[in-house]
Amino acid sequence: MTLMALDPIIARRIEIHSIAERTVQGRERRASVAVWACRACLIVVLIPLVAILFYVASRGIAAWNWAFFSHLPTPAGIPGGGVSNAIVGSLIIDGVAAAAAVPFGVAGGLFLAESDGPVAGALRFAADVLSGLPSITIGIFAYAVIVKIQGHFSAVSASFALGVLMLPVIMRASETAIRSVPRELLEGGLSLGARRATVARKVVLPAALPGLITGVLLGIARAAGETAPLLFTVIGSQYWNLSPTKPMGALPLVVFQNGIQAYPDLVKTAWGAALFLVVMILVLSVGSRLVAARLRKVRR
Amino acid sequence: MTDPMIKPELAPGVAAEPELVPPPSPMPVMQLRDVSVAFSGRPAVRNVSFDIPENEVTALIGPSGSGKTTLLRSLNRMHDLVRGAEVSGSILLGDIDVYGGSISPTLLRSRVGMVFQRPNPFPTMSIYDNVTSGLRFNGVRRKALLEEAAESALIAAALWDSVKNRMKAHASTLSGGEQQRLCIARALAVEPRVLLMDEPTSSLDPVATKRIEELLGELKDRVSIVIVTHNMQQAMRVSDTCAFLLMGEDRAGELVEYAATTKLFGEPDDPRTADYVNGRFG
Amino acid sequence: MVPDGAYRVGLATVAAVFALLLLAFVTSLVVQARPAFAHFGFGFLTGTKWDPVHGHLGALTFVVGTLETTMIAMVIAVPIGLGTALALAYALPRRLQAPLSMGVELLAAVPSVVYGLWGLLVVAPAVRTVLEPALAKLTGGHEPFGGIQEGIGLLLAGLILSIMVLPTLVAISRDVLIAVPHEQVEGAYALGATRWQVLRRVVVPHARAGLLGATTLATGRALGETIAVTMVIGNTVSFAHSLFAPTATMASVIANEFTEATEPFHLSALVAVAVILLGVAILVNVTARLLVRSVGGRQRVGLGVA
Repeated sequence: MTLMALDPIIARRIEIHSIAERTVQGRERRASVAVWACRACLIVVLIPLVAILFYVASRGIAAWNWAFFSHLPTPAGIPGGGVSNAIVGSLIIDGVAAAAAVPFGVAGGLFLAESDGPVAGALRFAADVLSGLPSITIGIFAYAVIVKIQGHFSAVSASFALGVLMLPVIMRASETAIRSVPRELLEGGLSLGARRATVARKVVLPAALPGLITGVLLGIARAAGETAPLLFTVIGSQYWNLSPTKPMGALPLVVFQNGIQAYPDLVKTAWGAALFLVVMILVLSVGSRLVAARLRKVRR
Repeated sequence: MTDPMIKPELAPGVAAEPELVPPPSPMPVMQLRDVSVAFSGRPAVRNVSFDIPENEVTALIGPSGSGKTTLLRSLNRMHDLVRGAEVSGSILLGDIDVYGGSISPTLLRSRVGMVFQRPNPFPTMSIYDNVTSGLRFNGVRRKALLEEAAESALIAAALWDSVKNRMKAHASTLSGGEQQRLCIARALAVEPRVLLMDEPTSSLDPVATKRIEELLGELKDRVSIVIVTHNMQQAMRVSDTCAFLLMGEDRAGELVEYAATTKLFGEPDDPRTADYVNGRFG
Repeated sequence: MVPDGAYRVGLATVAAVFALLLLAFVTSLVVQARPAFAHFGFGFLTGTKWDPVHGHLGALTFVVGTLETTMIAMVIAVPIGLGTALALAYALPRRLQAPLSMGVELLAAVPSVVYGLWGLLVVAPAVRTVLEPALAKLTGGHEPFGGIQEGIGLLLAGLILSIMVLPTLVAISRDVLIAVPHEQVEGAYALGATRWQVLRRVVVPHARAGLLGATTLATGRALGETIAVTMVIGNTVSFAHSLFAPTATMASVIANEFTEATEPFHLSALVAVAVILLGVAILVNVTARLLVRSVGGRQRVGLGVA
């Protein structure tokens, strides 16, 4: 290239660099405004979320006393009632749901982890989609296949609905946990002549345990807060009942049904139940992470 | 983040260490004095001083871990993006102190462009938008200027003929070598004074590599080039001046020798350079 | 000792049962909804009258209510969520990034009935006494900002929904934004882009499919959210002519009337509403999953829907 050929380039360089220099302050100012706007969005998001936790904690604590945990509900206006039946009811409903969904979900996860074909792909996708569907439609499903046939509302129909809700979460989390087990472990076991089932039970599942626990607890946590699927399954109750085939009290229903009443003591109970629910779910969510982290550390 | 130690005796253009400075004219486009880089307190490059001559190709060579890339990235303040990175010493671009506060990193990078190891065109943009992206970032709006600069940069990157009829196509439709040349064009379009190239051919096949090597010789009238390469043949083929770095005892890279490429490969002063260029270690 | 064959058969059985469960789920709803669909025909979708006692049942009010609440929620949540995700991914000191991200994720676990309780007892009074008068004053009380300021209604439902979908929206968007290759970010910086230019011109476009997926998933959640909406929307079977007016959504009418449905066709009609809701939700979720999958975003489990 000759100097002549360079001339327009130098002219252009001067023009471009002078534009860059002229605009740089404005561009940087705009950038800092925009970045601060993003940070402001974060604060806007955090305010209501912190506010919820604050209200639930402060109003919930005010409702907590010995009677709250040990007594049955009293009619509106009569003091001293509690939600002991709903606490026990929720534990039973969630427990039965988990007892059914956990082994089934882990087995499903094992299937997904060990298969790569179109069938597994379709099921994996279906599980993902299922986990996003409105839970009230699953409540109707439980109503149709259990309540209608049984002829009355029951805790077990609610357990069924919650189990269906837990299932995709547990399946996909289990699959991820199982897939993250090093292949050499699996192949090592198989090369020693062990059967697949034995390898799965003695090698793969124990190695995947931290992930499995996280997934299972998250699945339970998710289902435990659900209210919509309880509405026309367990329906709620003011009385003691330990039989899963009959209606029961449940904490989410207490929050809903008491919360929309005009009686201050019922509303107070709703806050108390809400706090119990939030604590339970946060313990499950945070606990799942801690347990998993602990197990991973011990392994090392 | 940075702590430039500007030494008063080191006025711009004044040679402080005669043995490291090339023939006095023309004035070097960049001058490094006692440049050190540390990550979270751990030194990665220590006390490097040399000049980058204008309109030449300067190669940074050395075994891996010798701090070539780290040093290169201090020239356009890419370390500003890394938490815990600290650059000290002074780097001059012309007579501007790069770390002195008189020029913002944003503006600096429009004058000192960069091409990376792997081609990184913006996949969501068309070829034309890729080439003009730097100009737009820098506030250029005038359509005629954008088009003129894009054409000139694509011609210079030897890409114009193959893309002039499909400027609206996505950049991902180009081959690997073409993508890298697109990235060169994208950097050139801003008309930087210096173009930093970090092993620009390491992910390319031999044919594409050859195209880019040929390109460098044609580009240096337009822009001063600093290239990091681990390939000594490449350094020998493309560069006019060479800086050889080596990992010191505490794993920080240090400058061993800086000389014209013919001298550095022909009759190096330092025995370690001789060992390296003759393939005896590294 | 379980032989390999039996092990495989066992797992395949589990998979088959899961598939059957899904089939039974959809079938059971469709079967129960059939009487209503057969009786009312296409008019069920376009009818605006909902009078179980006299046997006039049309679901349009609820379809519109669902679309309106979802739209209000997304209009509020999407820009704020995107800004938050950008801040979490690219504009915070590292020691704040992890705890704040985890905090936002944990808040996705707060049950929707708790959002409903808070919305009804804390936010509704504030909306009635502060937000609605302010909006009415600002707009001169023209539609859709006119009418009685009740607190409970369309606006509150949309507001609460937006707060509810934000944690999910932010968590997935943040993942997608972080997954943008570092070379892309550096490439833009190296050309002289400011941080905002890097985010706006390179990072966000690169992540657009995943961001759209995150938005779509959040939309699915807003569409199907039941209990919180039921608690704050007022549940009147009429179109809301004002943002301040009460109305009902598909999910809220089911929640409200299901256990009291004794008139002929009433129960079937409610299940028919559920079938419409389910159809829309499946469509939205399939789209969302395809979008999120296409960018290879980290699969998130446990960030559920209500």
